Amino acid sequence: MSLRLNSSAITRRHWLEFTIEAVIRVLGFSTIGFVLLIFLFLLREGGQAFFEVPLANLFGTRWYPTFGLYGILPLLLGSVLVTVSAIAIALPLGLATAVFVREVAPRWAREILKPLIEVLAGIPSVVLGFFGMTLIAPALRVTFDLPTGLTAFSGALILAYMALPTIISVAEDALDAVPKSYRDAGLALGATQWQIIWRVVVPAARSGIVVAVMLGMGRAIGETMAVMMVTGNAARMPLGLDALFRPVRTMTATIAAEMGEVANGSTHFHVLFAIGIILFVVTFLINLTAAASIFKKRRRGGLR
Amino acid sequence: MRQRMITQRVGFAILALAALVVVGPIMLIVGTIVVRGMNAISWEFLTAMPRDGMKAGGILPAIVGTIILTLGTALAAIPVGVGGAIYLAEYARDTFLTRAIRLAMINLAGIPSVVYGLFGLGLFVLFLHFGTSILAGSLTLAIMTLPIIISTSEEALRAVPTEFRTVSASLGGTRWQGIRHVVLPQAFPGIITGIILGLLRAAGETAPILFTVSAFFLPRLPQSPFDQTMALPYHLYVISTQVPGMPLDIQYGVALVLLVLILSMNLAATVIRSYFRRKRQW
Repeated sequence: MSLRLNSSAITRRHWLEFTIEAVIRVLGFSTIGFVLLIFLFLLREGGQAFFEVPLANLFGTRWYPTFGLYGILPLLLGSVLVTVSAIAIALPLGLATAVFVREVAPRWAREILKPLIEVLAGIPSVVLGFFGMTLIAPALRVTFDLPTGLTAFSGALILAYMALPTIISVAEDALDAVPKSYRDAGLALGATQWQIIWRVVVPAARSGIVVAVMLGMGRAIGETMAVMMVTGNAARMPLGLDALFRPVRTMTATIAAEMGEVANGSTHFHVLFAIGIILFVVTFLINLTAAASIFKKRRRGGLR
Repeated sequence: MRQRMITQRVGFAILALAALVVVGPIMLIVGTIVVRGMNAISWEFLTAMPRDGMKAGGILPAIVGTIILTLGTALAAIPVGVGGAIYLAEYARDTFLTRAIRLAMINLAGIPSVVYGLFGLGLFVLFLHFGTSILAGSLTLAIMTLPIIISTSEEALRAVPTEFRTVSASLGGTRWQGIRHVVLPQAFPGIITGIILGLLRAAGETAPILFTVSAFFLPRLPQSPFDQTMALPYHLYVISTQVPGMPLDIQYGVALVLLVLILSMNLAATVIRSYFRRKRQW
């Protein structure tokens, strides 16, 4: 009797175990489902744009949706210009800071620097955009004697600071993964700490630093609010030497600024989703490349 | 030799300068917003409805809206995120599919926030007919926070030594009992930290809620999950770009409230993490 009771309790426990495990398995795979779902719904609303708008128009140089001109080239180049300039500012600053924090700084300096960089990572982009609009843009206008301070450069500056926490923390991990024996070998050869840093440690960490730059770039190209608030949003081709100091418009800002005003199901609506598809694919490729080198390095022991 | 040491001195000074260039503006931003924002902060500002086209009165509906959205996000994201982390840390083996999950997480983390907004609009607002609502916005934000919650929770679970699981099994516990009664309680502080870090991102985001929840101006509190609501980040965007003649003090005031909310969540996460790290026996 008691034996039977026992076995039914065990069966119940077995079923409970089985159910819970099944639920957890489903939750585990949910992320794959969400990525697919996101892509599916972008395609559902944006795919038609590639048929509704002739490709010559879609990849043209003029973005005037009210006249049926949906050339996304100026937006694409706007995003590229702002992102590349942001990385050009953030890479040297970020790498220098990571090296300083990891290799040079005394303990007390590190304990001040790291929380401050974490604070930066936490500041909402709309707050940075607001700050850029009210203080940085006017300052730039006066300093460089420009007609407006809302330029690609203002956007790049803000984006650089938004990418810095990512770049610094990933670069730090990369420097950290360089074995101590490398440094010891440098010391044994009579190198100074400075020489060891730049001729041994940083070169050994270089692929991790590349990952840092890519992740920072992924963050910068997808950034929306801050960019929309400080770049002036003029949809013109950012060509010529002074493009950096003129207003520019990015893909993200275009979606955010115009989606609220278009009719659902219109061509304009579909094109905005199509821009979403482009952003999705670009960030997907950037992160895929970064992930590939992370996986490879992990197998070799440590990210570097 | 001496020259090499001089090079090193100068080099280190340049590195220190770079670090200063990085953190200087951070202090400037936070400092300016705190100093200028304080002028606007009053009891009325925090607890009254906006008046005169938002140029006077308070920002209560925006504060409440952000809190509700964050809670909604938590409700949706915590079970899925922690469950996903348990799978990755406790059940998953290193197979092709597991690697696909990790890849999906990396990509989910990298998708631009405005694309989440488009997705939320396409799926929740239009396809599922939730309309622009708290429900649609919370679900959109929840999916966005998943990768953060999963990766930090997984790390917390993995940090629990294997011995805890073996001991539980040796006492006749099943795998789930071991996780439920031994591993999860041990990893709890780490998981909470991860959840706060994820929610903090949700609370500060504007782009995903642009087309899924946000009301430009709505001087009442939401009554149901299908209502629209104001929210702090979107409100800051609106009053700093869409409303001409908005007093600067109010703009700084909203920025300060948002910043305090985010930074205090950040601080809570850091404190919980360091407190339990010190208390931990293993």
